[in-house]
Amino acid sequence: MTFVDHYPKAARIVKANLIVAFVALGIGGFFGLIQALHRTDVFRGFVSSVQYYDVLTGHGVLLGLVFTTFFITGLYQWGVTRTLEREPESSAFSWTWFWMMVGGTTMTATAILGGLVPGSGMSAAVLYTFYPPLQAHPLFYIGAALLIVGSWLAGADWFWTYRKWRADNPDARIPLQTYMVIFTWLMWYLCSLGVALEVVVLLIPWSLGVVEKIDPLLPRTLFWYFGHAVVYFWLLPAYFVWYTILPKLSGGRLFSDPLARIVFIFFLLLSTPIGYHHQYADPGITLVYKMWALIMTLVILLPSLMTAFTVISSMEHGARQRGGSGYFAWMGALPWGQPAFVGCALAGIMFAAGGFSGMINASLNIDMLVHNTAWIPGHFHLTVGTAVALTFMAITYWLLPQLTGKALKFKNLALAQPYTWFIGMTLMSNALHRQGLAGVPRRVAEPQYAGIDYEVPFGTMAEMDWQVAIGGTILFVSMVLFLVVIGGTWWKGAPATDVDDVIPPALSGPEHSPKILDNLTLWMGVAVVLVLIAYSLPLAEMVMDGLFSPGAFPAPM
Amino acid sequence: MHVHRFEKLWIGLSLVLIAAFIGIVLFGFTVMDLKVPGVETGETVDPATVLSEGPFAQPGVRKISDDHYEVYMLAQQFLFRPGSAQPLTLPARTKITFHMTSPDVMHGFEVPGSGLNTTVIPGQVATLTTRFPEAKTYGVLCHQYCGSAHHNMQAEIEVVPPSEFDESNLIAQ
Repeated sequence: MTFVDHYPKAARIVKANLIVAFVALGIGGFFGLIQALHRTDVFRGFVSSVQYYDVLTGHGVLLGLVFTTFFITGLYQWGVTRTLEREPESSAFSWTWFWMMVGGTTMTATAILGGLVPGSGMSAAVLYTFYPPLQAHPLFYIGAALLIVGSWLAGADWFWTYRKWRADNPDARIPLQTYMVIFTWLMWYLCSLGVALEVVVLLIPWSLGVVEKIDPLLPRTLFWYFGHAVVYFWLLPAYFVWYTILPKLSGGRLFSDPLARIVFIFFLLLSTPIGYHHQYADPGITLVYKMWALIMTLVILLPSLMTAFTVISSMEHGARQRGGSGYFAWMGALPWGQPAFVGCALAGIMFAAGGFSGMINASLNIDMLVHNTAWIPGHFHLTVGTAVALTFMAITYWLLPQLTGKALKFKNLALAQPYTWFIGMTLMSNALHRQGLAGVPRRVAEPQYAGIDYEVPFGTMAEMDWQVAIGGTILFVSMVLFLVVIGGTWWKGAPATDVDDVIPPALSGPEHSPKILDNLTLWMGVAVVLVLIAYSLPLAEMVMDGLFSPGAFPAPM
Repeated sequence: MHVHRFEKLWIGLSLVLIAAFIGIVLFGFTVMDLKVPGVETGETVDPATVLSEGPFAQPGVRKISDDHYEVYMLAQQFLFRPGSAQPLTLPARTKITFHMTSPDVMHGFEVPGSGLNTTVIPGQVATLTTRFPEAKTYGVLCHQYCGSAHHNMQAEIEVVPPSEFDESNLIAQ
């Protein structure tokens, strides 16, 4: 008896979300392979350099928004259902938000893929950030809005379950997994409001021709109000896995439940008021706001550094339970032959490296060296591209038997997958970082400019290009391995007996922490105040001269 | 609530690291004069008329003093004016202030090897000041995706010794 037997309705919803996530992963991952080969001039036969930007848009949207969002709603539905021990209150409502998100995704994907079909009359090569006055087909914006509103309803569904649970358990502490879901979604409501306003109030009317001109800076600022917090929307579910499941996979249990709660409070408070650090190089935004973003951004290192401590301590505890000893030798006692553990642990190591390059990005004037260079994709392929994506893939190996009642198939492939991902990303990411230091720009089909000799700090440009191309190819192979394992398990997996689905309680449980940590109104209130401090003045300045002014006409791509 | 002493130590060290990073940035700002766009800001222009009115109607180099020149530059789909049709010539070791805007979509302005880096946004004027240390030819590229020929948008800055700088092409004040 496992999750699918106890909660069949919830299991169906989780599985539906994961299927959409993995379809998006497959298409988006293939686009990534095309880019790695095209940019480096190893092979340019898939698409033209003009279509490169359609592919790039597809890669960013399908992986950054679709794969992540659907995986997260699936994972969180699982977490809420199992810790509150309740099926969804209304299946109809749950399927409503699911299909709304699917509908939105289909519209946006149609607009993007239309750019690859000559004569379709559709195009959305505006990239993942869709800065106006570059204008996409209206379907692109309408679909994106539906995806976001659908995710809001998913959160409402979980709050509904939580309210019912609270009525039955008036004095209980919120179970940790549900606590993490709630704090992630409070943060998500707060930050996605920015992009929803951008899309619904400004971009949809403008793309339909209701208004003619657009002020480029205001939507860009609203995008980044959302655009940094969204990385924590991706990351917190990985933390959810690292805090609540990884210690168990290591053979032990979580070190401290109260500190996990404090870390999630930090992220609710600090994720949104730091969006300006993506606009360090922008004119029209006063230095004071950039300085404020700098300080808040560096302070948000604290909860991630605390996470590093707790996760590593929990793993050490697990290793010692398994008979490990010594200062460092205990690491050898960890289960390096189990794919779910290996994926999460390697993802954590990559996240540490990505954290360090992120500190460079955060450092205002130092960032000018690397702003909009290949360093940036080098950085976020370690964070979202590995810390998040590899954790999601790895934990699927552990979740799928609970959701399907089937044993994992192709265990050797599953074990090879995280290791290949780690190798591919090491090659690709170190080369992208170094190319960025030499000034090679990101988001460009052909970075080989006649007349520009990049001064490479160490290594050679040719060597780095090969590392990007080979690394990208290995990553693609790794992703195919993942899809084969998942598809094989789903269709051909043998019925599982004794599914491993038990999570032991933390060494230091919630009873050791003050109840104020569970006060949702208080923390949401503080988060709103911090956002008002960071954003009310600059947004007022931009809106005062008119919502759509200084106005620029829509421009062809 | 119990916090392990190692964890207290770790949190303390983390706070020191964070303070150090903030300190490094402020040191760069004050002592090393490493600035970012946005220091001189607040100026807006109308993208619809910027090509016909005001200083950007005549992009090019203007002289402020013997030690200070300013460049009004347009970034537009898919070229820099001046700089793309023929190289922009500037004197070395002299204070140069760039003012940049765009009449169409967002662009980027990056000069690899110089540290010059800004976003160019329609409606806003990006201003940055530098001194090129030596005579040398720099490439300029657009690092903000701006459309189908984005990868063809580039320019050249030819930095010459101040004694060889030809002032006959300056725009009159």
